[in-house]
Amino acid sequence: MSKVKTAILGSGNIGTDLIFKLMRSDVLELTTVIGIDSKSDGLRRAKEMGLVAIDNGIKGFLERPELADIVMDATSAKAHVRHAKLLKEAGKQVLDLTPAARGPFVCPSVNLSDHLDAPNINMITCGGQATIPIVHAVNRVAPVEYAEIVATISSRSAGPGTRENIDEFTLTTANAIEQIGGAKRGKAIIILNPAEPPIMMRDTVYAEVAEGTMDEDKVAASIQEMVREVQSYVSGYRMRTEPIFDGNRVTVFLEVEGAGDYLPKYSGNLDIMTAAAVKVAEEFAKNQLAQREGVKQ
Amino acid sequence: MNTKRDLYITEVALRDGSHAVAHQFTVEQVRNVARALDEANVPFIEVSHGDGLGGSSMQFGRSLFDEFELIEAAVDVCQQAKIAVLLLPGIGTQRELKKASELGAKMARIATHVTEADVSPQHIHLAKELGMETVGFLMMSHMATVEKLVAQAKLMESYGADTVYMVDSAGALLPHEVKERIHALRESLDVHVGFHGHNNLSLAMANTLAAIEEGATRIDGSIRCLGAGAGNTQTEVLVSVLDRMNIETGIDVFKMMDVAEDIVAPILQQAQEITRDSLVMGYAGVYSSFLLHAKRASDKFGVDARDILIELGRLKVVGGQEDMIVDVATDLVKKQKQAVIR
Repeated sequence: MSKVKTAILGSGNIGTDLIFKLMRSDVLELTTVIGIDSKSDGLRRAKEMGLVAIDNGIKGFLERPELADIVMDATSAKAHVRHAKLLKEAGKQVLDLTPAARGPFVCPSVNLSDHLDAPNINMITCGGQATIPIVHAVNRVAPVEYAEIVATISSRSAGPGTRENIDEFTLTTANAIEQIGGAKRGKAIIILNPAEPPIMMRDTVYAEVAEGTMDEDKVAASIQEMVREVQSYVSGYRMRTEPIFDGNRVTVFLEVEGAGDYLPKYSGNLDIMTAAAVKVAEEFAKNQLAQREGVKQ
Repeated sequence: MNTKRDLYITEVALRDGSHAVAHQFTVEQVRNVARALDEANVPFIEVSHGDGLGGSSMQFGRSLFDEFELIEAAVDVCQQAKIAVLLLPGIGTQRELKKASELGAKMARIATHVTEADVSPQHIHLAKELGMETVGFLMMSHMATVEKLVAQAKLMESYGADTVYMVDSAGALLPHEVKERIHALRESLDVHVGFHGHNNLSLAMANTLAAIEEGATRIDGSIRCLGAGAGNTQTEVLVSVLDRMNIETGIDVFKMMDVAEDIVAPILQQAQEITRDSLVMGYAGVYSSFLLHAKRASDKFGVDARDILIELGRLKVVGGQEDMIVDVATDLVKKQKQAVIR
């Protein structure tokens, strides 16, 4: 099977975890890692693996744009605003793992097929990737009037970006619960827990459906099906217990264990972002390949 | 009014007490209590959902009245007292803080878990920009070492907080531990140091006096112990004790006694006392607002509330993790079933 050339922009923790995941892909060929610090672990590993390691940032890549058709940006919101513009001009398809959100929100199990040709998509937040599928799963059976999610992550896996700008997490996630999850009203809460050894990411989803529309069996089945769907790209995603029903409310308790590629297993919050992004990139690649085939015929 | 005050008391019943009444305060109750506290010359009155601005939720319990209506009502009836609001970053956002300020709140208390102060700079900066008196509020202080507490307090000071509070959210600290912590904070900080206690081990008063002895000048109390768990340091008792000690709070002792007896006591569904469950929270170091949630989970799943609370303490659960209560309760049910099968 032919592959689509891919670059990772950002050589920090997320970028480095993406290296491991992309090396396993059948449709993505990781060619390049772009950073700004030649001594960073990400760039050092890229060199060792025989990949092109660019250490002068986006500028270096734009001098050699043939290196990749898909670019995954794991830098920062501020940097992404600039990257988005430059990469669009260069005609690259871009996945944004930062909170910049220049393009539409994408959750692979919910709305990926709507955005296969988008020049730039945003991966929402870790809490969003974990919980929006569940909100959607309830909403496709019974209309969700209100959905609330609580993401609890270990202090160690919350980086300085998240901490300094914690409102961005709550507001973006709440927004996406409405836009992508389909809830009329959404709310998001994030809790950091410093316990040692670090706790695994936990997410709780509360959904309240329109009066008289709760069908417990159907909702439970829809949730189960969705959990399997998410597990197909995030292997450590699971329900901690069966959904709990109470009148027109359902509560779902989730846990996300990381794959332990580069990041520790407790960092399920980071793993779900990189795993979901790889899923999106793979579908982008398949779409690009299909279009190339179409052109040839 | 120009009142001499050796220390400043913040009355938290209309925020911390929200937990004790399952967030069912009415506009009328808030209006009556705030007016009476204002007349008794209480300098600061905190009004918000128990879990701070934006706390009304399925996770923490929904407010009967929109907290902004409550804040507005309190601002409206106060002549001298300033209204304070609590905000936990991760739950409330800058939007709600701005709104509270527009409605007339003059003090912002930005609360984080004792080890997570670095989620608060945005909110502390905003509060300062809005011209609010700004407090950093380090919760669950018993869970960190003295060194860690001091380092986190210094972060809040560096963001611009006018005061940093050491908060004993679980009511778990003993007087000598409070002394040691407040002493260390006084040595290292240039800003005011505050103390917020809970009475789960019947130590709120002793801890508060220990804090004052070590130089804390910002103190929280809840009138009639109307706060989470067994309540906080009982304000009307505290001002009476301080009066006997010749420490001037500026608060009218007799008026406070009357407010407690005539206005606040009737609001309580039952008198605040140290029940077995609140004692367990202090003993096991569990966030005081978990009390009613644990009782409800105990009823729903048929497991002992004490077992739930002890397990939460063992898991080192922090404030805000109310969803863990049901999670732990369902785990206990599973374990009980397995035990029966064996």
